[in-house]
Amino acid sequence: MSTVADVMPGTTPRWLRPVLTYAIAAIALVIYPLIVPDFWAFQIGAQSLFLGVIALSLMFLGGYGGMVSLAQMTIAGVAGYLVAIIGGNSLNFGPAWPWWAAVPIAIAGGTLAATLVGVIAVRTAGIYTIMITIAIAMAFFYLAQQNYTLFNGHSGFASILPPHVFGIDWRTPIAFYFLSLLVAVLSYALVLYLSRSTFGIALQGIRDNARRMRALGFNVTAHRVAAYAMAGFIASFGGVLLVWFNSRISPGTVDTGPIFDILVIAVLGGMRRPIGPFVGAVIFVLLENFAIDFIDRERFNTLIGLCFLAIVLFSPDGVLGLWDRLTVLIDRAGAANRMLQRPIGNADRTQPAATGRPIPGRR
Amino acid sequence: MRRNLLGGVMVLAVAAGVLFAADARAQDSLKIGVLATFEGPFAILGEDSLRGATMAFKEHNMMAGGKKLEIITGSSDATPEAAIKAARKLVEQDKVDILIGPLSGDEGIAMRDYAKTQPQVTFINGTSAAEPTTLVDPAPNFFRFTSNGVQWMAGLGSYVYETKGYKKVVTIGEDYSYPYTQVKGFMIEFCKAGGHVVDKFWTPLGTKDYSSVVASIPDDIDAIYVALGGADAINFLTQYQQAGGTKPLIGGSITVDQSVLSSKGKRRDYLIGTPSAGPLADNWDDPKWKAFVAAYKQSDAKAFNSPTLFSHGYYIEATAMIQALDAVNGDLSDGHKKFRDALSTEVVDTPTGKVHLDHNRNAIASEFLTEIAAGEDGNLYNKVIKVIPDVNATLGVPEDEYKKTGQPSRDAPACP
Repeated sequence: MSTVADVMPGTTPRWLRPVLTYAIAAIALVIYPLIVPDFWAFQIGAQSLFLGVIALSLMFLGGYGGMVSLAQMTIAGVAGYLVAIIGGNSLNFGPAWPWWAAVPIAIAGGTLAATLVGVIAVRTAGIYTIMITIAIAMAFFYLAQQNYTLFNGHSGFASILPPHVFGIDWRTPIAFYFLSLLVAVLSYALVLYLSRSTFGIALQGIRDNARRMRALGFNVTAHRVAAYAMAGFIASFGGVLLVWFNSRISPGTVDTGPIFDILVIAVLGGMRRPIGPFVGAVIFVLLENFAIDFIDRERFNTLIGLCFLAIVLFSPDGVLGLWDRLTVLIDRAGAANRMLQRPIGNADRTQPAATGRPIPGRR
Repeated sequence: MRRNLLGGVMVLAVAAGVLFAADARAQDSLKIGVLATFEGPFAILGEDSLRGATMAFKEHNMMAGGKKLEIITGSSDATPEAAIKAARKLVEQDKVDILIGPLSGDEGIAMRDYAKTQPQVTFINGTSAAEPTTLVDPAPNFFRFTSNGVQWMAGLGSYVYETKGYKKVVTIGEDYSYPYTQVKGFMIEFCKAGGHVVDKFWTPLGTKDYSSVVASIPDDIDAIYVALGGADAINFLTQYQQAGGTKPLIGGSITVDQSVLSSKGKRRDYLIGTPSAGPLADNWDDPKWKAFVAAYKQSDAKAFNSPTLFSHGYYIEATAMIQALDAVNGDLSDGHKKFRDALSTEVVDTPTGKVHLDHNRNAIASEFLTEIAAGEDGNLYNKVIKVIPDVNATLGVPEDEYKKTGQPSRDAPACP
């Protein structure tokens, strides 16, 4: 750590910092699947990425739009079911069109479904939005479970695999990881771009004070419905990856458990910034896979629950909030440390060195 | 900011190193994965299945073929997705040599497909009993020493037609592969004998309200065949009785399980005399079975009055695995070839009779025709009517001919 500080002293230009952060993150994300076993690339890496994408759609709605929708997994499920039905499955049900037809239809279908959810839910706020979106999600779950003509009921569809394109089998762990990474990066960039666009700023304005925005002449309802559609578009991509990952889809995919998992992931990571859902997804997937190794098998869900509880209790804005606070603390300590190391005489003797006041502009 | 990021990366790297280090292992031990449902609607059954597997491991002092057995458990919630995720972790991360599981029907079918992608690992079934797992496109490295849901029904169809005199029945079962398999097993004999199944009701797993089903049960039938499990069975039986239903019942293998029989309520008297069939019977008068029941009750303070189908099944699978490992001295170095040959050809002496495998690696085993009776202590139990030895996956019919009846589903077979 000290070497980095030596090479890049505190005088690094401000604009360079995000560039450096992104560069390090990009290198790490690209190298990661090449150095870890397949299990880590596929089940941990790829799964975190596409769950992060679905949770990102919720973060976009909740963080920028102030609308917490529990139907995001349902939207992903709609897209997943469309891929399964249109793109071919083990039951030979549906037209079995190639992926370049099935995937766009699935994304369009998911976006359309999300728009409809938006139209229904848009006039509610707070807990009522949660109630109405969960009602829609449950309705879809029961429809999928009991309908045999289209959804094939409880069993759903199996053998839904990603295509071979450019001579690559996208189902192999590393290829699937990079496919998920591509989708994740594009979704992340899209959300980042949207948040700074006129639309995104207006949406945040509506979140903060809908009445004032209306008075300024903005069409609040249209903005909110558009936000639902946009979030649905993102969640649909996650849904397509989800169904390819499991190679199957059944009503269990859109049951209450997975629906709440998405909320947990978003809250865990933090709803303030688009990176939050991905951080949350990594923690969620790691806990889901490894908690059983650390504790009695009857209790491992309790351990998962306690971890979530601890994070939410100590940091209402998720792991990102913890990270921010930690950064402040370390910066303070670092600043104090530097002051102590200054040669005596040069030090500003009027300022007590060890109190560790934050240095303005250092964050 | 970047310093902290770098610090974070280093922490992650160390953590990853610790996790990957789990790969290193000694040559004198074998890693065995046990996959069951420790969550979801079958959580209690999953616990009991682990009880059974543990009994087998402890009986052999956690050793097989001269090597120490290292047990790693994986949990599913009875959905195929969760089962495959847990299996993937056990196989690809924990690097188990042999995987025992899963517990329920749809999971088994998914596991068959997963097994084909992992030829270096040997998969031994838990208690999953869907027929297609071994009869349709079987995996060469998947072995099932517990018979399937069709075999469990052996003898029941002709018994209720001839002895009980039931000519017309309706069936009710949960809407997934295992109850389809059970209904098929019942109907094969029942239809052949001349009986009619006038209607079939399929309800989602975990249904609480059966009033619409109860209301649509016709009056001119002789009995109701019930292939529900656990809480579903209790809910249906209670609601059917409260609605004034009086038709006699015929039970599926897990419908008359101890978890249902030990529940309190008026339906207890009503259940007495209900015929059923399955891979075990509570009061079988066989010394090996009695010893097994005694050992089961001692194994755990939370054990049931008598072993359930799940502890029994996992016990048999684990025993079969240990016996084959002993036969090859724990040598898996030839890509499991000798071990798999041993599994395919061995005869396992289980508490419920001798078991061996057919060419699809599915068990040929004894099945029990039973009737519910009340014991002296007031507890209900399954009384043996008849033991049917050597039941195979096609119930004695040649395989080509048998496959013409089609895979078990909501509509197949039919004899209205």
